[in-house]
Amino acid sequence: MKISELETLDDFTCLQDEYEDAEISAGYTSDLLSDVMANAEDGSVLITIQAHKNTVAVSSLAGVSAIIICNNRPASDDMLAAAEKEGIAVFQTARNQFQTSALIARYLGE
Amino acid sequence: MSTGQKEPLQSSLRVQELIYGLRISAVMTSKVFAVSRNCTMRDVRTIMKNNSISGVPVVDSKRVVGIVTMNDLMNALEKGAMDDCVTKWMVGEVQTLAEDMPLSFAISAFGKFSFRQFPVVNKKNELVGILTFRNINHALIRELSRQLREMEQQHEHPPEPESLNLVKVYQLHRYDFENGGKASSEIKRFLKERNIPPKTVRRVAVASYELEINLVAHSIGGMLGFDINEERVKISSHDRGPGIADIDEAMTEGFSTANEWIRSQGFGAGMGLPNVKRVSDEFAIESAVGMGTMVQAVIYLNPETKNENQ
Repeated sequence: MKISELETLDDFTCLQDEYEDAEISAGYTSDLLSDVMANAEDGSVLITIQAHKNTVAVSSLAGVSAIIICNNRPASDDMLAAAEKEGIAVFQTARNQFQTSALIARYLGE
Repeated sequence: MSTGQKEPLQSSLRVQELIYGLRISAVMTSKVFAVSRNCTMRDVRTIMKNNSISGVPVVDSKRVVGIVTMNDLMNALEKGAMDDCVTKWMVGEVQTLAEDMPLSFAISAFGKFSFRQFPVVNKKNELVGILTFRNINHALIRELSRQLREMEQQHEHPPEPESLNLVKVYQLHRYDFENGGKASSEIKRFLKERNIPPKTVRRVAVASYELEINLVAHSIGGMLGFDINEERVKISSHDRGPGIADIDEAMTEGFSTANEWIRSQGFGAGMGLPNVKRVSDEFAIESAVGMGTMVQAVIYLNPETKNENQ
């Protein structure tokens, strides 16, 4: 699935839409940034509740191209500014990490 | 958090990083004047006077058991006790430094204790040298001139824009999460622009980011240096403390001393140092409580010398 397809999902709000619409190849669900850093694949979507600037730093270094913030956690302005600078899409959803992961997994055929 | 703080010049950071990378053994005075337990304060005075030094270690079969400083000598002189044994006037519990420690640890020790010299010991705890601030100043001047020479040479032959050679040092401040990750991003971009394979770039990014976050989250401040050439990326992290009590523990996945706030930010899962080690081809860590921690991680850029753990 493409990153832009996330925008069409129910309960998904796009908070940062300055991104290159690439194909999502994998997903990674974690709230531990060191774990994301070590294990998230290049070109994946990150499902997390960590909604701050460091999430963007880790995503950028690990090659994560989109971040989905669960439980409608508010994203800080500096997080969105950093994401815009890095060209990483940011979405927000009311679903929790489990529900979001299950949903995205269906789209990725996993 | 660091807004308004003026960043020091890159060249001065480079010199600091260079001298931090030196070992105490390369800087100390190896010719030490020491006395044995049965020597008198008068003997010490003669030694100090003849050699213009301000502290003399007391040794018992090469082990340091005390130190007599100018201060102790003056106290003895005042009491007219110059024929007393040194054991009566020396300071018994001596803070020593190990010869293979990085110089940065010694600099922290000078900051922490008010001593003017430190006896240096080897692995067998035998006295092998003495370190004073004068030694450090000399090392600094030596490194400065070397650095200056290098800069002059570089001026004559400026590196090509796509060259892989880079030496850069970043300063990191405690709890400055705002800027944690900046160095790693810059280095990642540098390598990417020079067409280093993405997997290798990522390994460098992991090692560098974890070290950066460690400095911000756990140290009282320090620096992260990058030395890159065609063959490898060398990342070195130096901090001024607090130091790690048990390195094996710190290298165990899951072990962390992070506080609640750091954890709430998604850090402090006890994966930092193990992650750095996993992605590095060469890894070394040294630490001393109260003095600091030094980590060095090397990642080869040459595909033939691949990391076997990957």
